[in-house]
Amino acid sequence: MDYAFYIAAAAALAATLRAITASHAVHALLYFIVSLLAVAVIFLLLGAHFAAALEVIVYAGAIMVLFIFVVMMLNPGPRSVQRERHWLRPRIWAGPAVLAAVLAAELVYFAATGAGRSAGAGQVEPAEVGLALFGPYLLGVEMASVVLLAGLVGAYHLGWHLGRRPGGRETGEGEA
Amino acid sequence: MSGIPLQSGLVVAGLLFGLGAAGVLFRRDLLFILLSLEIMTNAAGLAFVTAGALWGRPDGQVLFIFILAVAAAEVAVGLALVLWLYRRTGTLDVDRANRLRG
Repeated sequence: MDYAFYIAAAAALAATLRAITASHAVHALLYFIVSLLAVAVIFLLLGAHFAAALEVIVYAGAIMVLFIFVVMMLNPGPRSVQRERHWLRPRIWAGPAVLAAVLAAELVYFAATGAGRSAGAGQVEPAEVGLALFGPYLLGVEMASVVLLAGLVGAYHLGWHLGRRPGGRETGEGEA
Repeated sequence: MSGIPLQSGLVVAGLLFGLGAAGVLFRRDLLFILLSLEIMTNAAGLAFVTAGALWGRPDGQVLFIFILAVAAAEVAVGLALVLWLYRRTGTLDVDRANRLRG
């Protein structure tokens, strides 16, 4: 069981190192998504299945999509098509693909042998998490909703000014 | 689960946090700084979940969910600021963004 953990940890550290040293944002995002998947495998090995699912769905799914949207908005124009073609060369995505294949092989191995299910004491079921979340941590849930509302209002406010203010570099935004 | 991954899980979380902190310190592109902040919050979540698994309690995963909510709110506002800075200055270099007024 230990070697699987160390493989996933090595994949997470290598992908994170490549993410912070990449020269281009899309390469960094690819490596960071692989790092998040590796951390999700670590969660699975620790018996935290619910956290592993949330890591993939919310972090690698939702938050990274926001980053990719912003990178798309920062690269408008006809040059982006050529850049897109440049990114699709295998030299760019080979590294993240190899790391993701290692993680996928680990997952297939767990599914085939049932090794990840024999957790024992460390395993925490999603039902326990839900009971704790809406029991002793109810005030924290309310505070998290306030934080999310503040983020929503702040992002909307900044976006509204982006559309309205004159003197910006680009004026094709219109009324937001 | 044996005892070894639980101890080394905290070590991995510390190393990931250090990598994120190094990214914040060394990169000058605002997008990379936000990405490094995400790495740091993710490492904190890994530490929480590892500690929760160590004690066999759900509290670590509950705090991981809170970290997810904070990271989502942070990234929404941060990326809006990234777009604002790019429209204003035409660059993402934080050293060029020393004039916050005007």
